[in-house]
Amino acid sequence: MIKPSKPMSVSVLGLGYLFLYLPIILLVIYSFNESKLVTVWSGFSTKWYATLLDDDELITAAWLSLKIALMTAFASVVIGTWGGFVLARFGRFRMLTLFTAMINAPLVIPEVIQGISLLLLFVAMEQLLGWPQGRGVFTIWIGHVMLCVSYVAIIVQSRVKELNLSYEEAAMDLGATPFKVFFVITLPLIAQALISGWLLSFTLSLDDLVLTAFLSGPGSTTLPLVVFSRVRLGLNPEMNALATIFILLVTIGVVAANQYMRAAERKRAREMRMAFQSESTLAETDNSPVMARQAEGASKPALLTRKGVQS
Amino acid sequence: MNVQIQERSAPAAGRQGKGFVQVIDVVKKFGDAVALNHVSLTIEKNELFALLGSSGCGKSTLLRILAGFETATEGKILIDGEDLARVPPYHRPVNMMFQSYALFPHMTVERNVGFGLRQEGVPKNEIAERVNEALDLVQMRRFAQRKPHQLSGGQQQRVALARSLVKRPKLLLLDEPMSALDKKIRQQTQFELMNILNKVGVTCVMVTHDQEEAMTMADRLAVMSEGEVVQIGGPTEVYEYPNSRFSAEFIGSTNLFDGVVVEDEPDHVYVEAPGLPARLYINHGITGPLGMNVSVSVRPERVLLSRAKPQQPYNWVQGAVKDVAYMGSYALYRVELGNGRMVTANVAGLVLSQGEAPSYGDEVFVSWSESSGVVLTK
Ligand SMILES: Nc1ncnc2c1ncn2[C@@H]1O[C@H](COP(=O)(O)OP(=O)(O)O)[C@@H](O)[C@H]1O
Ligand SMILES: [Mg+2]
Repeated sequence: MIKPSKPMSVSVLGLGYLFLYLPIILLVIYSFNESKLVTVWSGFSTKWYATLLDDDELITAAWLSLKIALMTAFASVVIGTWGGFVLARFGRFRMLTLFTAMINAPLVIPEVIQGISLLLLFVAMEQLLGWPQGRGVFTIWIGHVMLCVSYVAIIVQSRVKELNLSYEEAAMDLGATPFKVFFVITLPLIAQALISGWLLSFTLSLDDLVLTAFLSGPGSTTLPLVVFSRVRLGLNPEMNALATIFILLVTIGVVAANQYMRAAERKRAREMRMAFQSESTLAETDNSPVMARQAEGASKPALLTRKGVQS
Repeated sequence: MNVQIQERSAPAAGRQGKGFVQVIDVVKKFGDAVALNHVSLTIEKNELFALLGSSGCGKSTLLRILAGFETATEGKILIDGEDLARVPPYHRPVNMMFQSYALFPHMTVERNVGFGLRQEGVPKNEIAERVNEALDLVQMRRFAQRKPHQLSGGQQQRVALARSLVKRPKLLLLDEPMSALDKKIRQQTQFELMNILNKVGVTCVMVTHDQEEAMTMADRLAVMSEGEVVQIGGPTEVYEYPNSRFSAEFIGSTNLFDGVVVEDEPDHVYVEAPGLPARLYINHGITGPLGMNVSVSVRPERVLLSRAKPQQPYNWVQGAVKDVAYMGSYALYRVELGNGRMVTANVAGLVLSQGEAPSYGDEVFVSWSESSGVVLTK
């Protein structure tokens, strides 16, 4: 193997990270720029953050986005879990491969196509059934759920597949009906997959622009839509401030979650180590003279019959 | 210590009821593969019955049919006279201790043990009482508030045992109960487990591939091979009187001599084995025609080694010592016969200490008494 020189690897790594983070750093810096011109630095100020708080349109849109994201996350987890569980457990029925492919497809179908097709559907339904009337929160929600269900289903499916069946069998053996087993044993055991799926759906929905653009109507402008329409008119320091706040929230969230998980993991590892140690000491006490004699005497029949010595 | 085996198997042999658990002609197929082929067993009340066989022989499948996780393709299972074919696992009076224990990782020991009782709708205070009782039985009361990952393997096993006993099942199933344990604590655990099972008095079917474990723990055992039961009997019986080549070789080690029956009387048999200088004489009769092909099994501990030619005109052969393995209380000799075959013999420590034992390369006579051989017709 060729080992790259240290200065070389450091500089390549540095360039890579610069490429990833320079735009974000610039954005954060310019959010504190006093000037209205985004590209000219004229001094430090927090006035754009103040403007942000007074921007009713933006705040309304943010609330709406949050609401839709929460609704989407919950609905996707419910439906996706169901689907993923069925695909993982009721395996090898006819057309399983087809169903699996169909749950995976939305990941690769361009959002534009999903948007257009859903829009067509809603318009046709409105003409035929008179429902849904126009487009708004409801149609956006449907679209987002459609987008996220696949992700949840895939996460849950792989988690359920690696889950040891004997937990569920043990619960059933102890008298729990299959329905109860699912809620009392399976769900808690795959909780991490549900949380991942929930978070993923939440973020996907929160910053979705393309699908939302097709499915929104008057009075249902989400935050990404507002941001996009404003920035189209020219770069805007207020948007920089908004982005900075988002980055801050996300960073805090990720760091906190990470810390929590690492602490939990360390605690678990420590407890398992202690449990293991208690076993070794147990085995050591077995070697105390009295116990040893008992064990030896008692073990004889097995030893004798195996090795076949006659006593 | 052979006494212990007899002690435990004697009551089982005495209890000849019509069978508390009856497995009647059970067949299980997975697609075209036959996992169980016309298996029939009868298990008496309060008996510890072992299913013994190598991996893939269908032991777990039978256990899972008893638990209700698999349905038999053919045949019937009766527990206490009740046909369980249509009863789902969650309504069966049967509990199982899983090979991996399957303790619910998100519940404390106490909640794990109480799980089965909560499903039954037992009143809260009674649950607490019975859980404590069960934990006391396995000496795990002080760990009641721990989670499974905070326990060692041995402790987890005891919690799993408490969990499967707390519902007072009519039949307890143990799937490879020792396989997840450290070798160091396995032996002690076997005896603890036996004590507990004796104390609560439960009918128990245990699956294992470890013949030592089966011999130590079980009142009776069934030797299985490729989905079929080869032999059923007490540990001593199966060891001393194997009914087939498979049993003889699977349980312990043995020397097999192939030959044909040349004289068959009610009280003895002569077998002529090609390559052996003397005929084989066994002092029990068999049911089979003259000229039948049989094997004669002679356990290594029944084999005597001597420098002088034995007095008896039968049951001897000459060879040279090829290997000597010192095992502590005895030594394992491998003697090569003229035709290249090996015979294994155990020489007791007493003989070794008297300095009379043959050593490597010595020409020796191998012999055994007329009651040492067992004629195997299968
Ligand atoms: N669910 C299953 N589907 C298909 N074949 C199975 C299944 N369970 C067991 N078998 C097969 O049945 C045979 C017996 O298996 P098993 O009872 O687990 O053996 P053992 O426990 O004695 O090792 C094996 O050949 C195994 O491959
Ligand atoms: Mg098995």
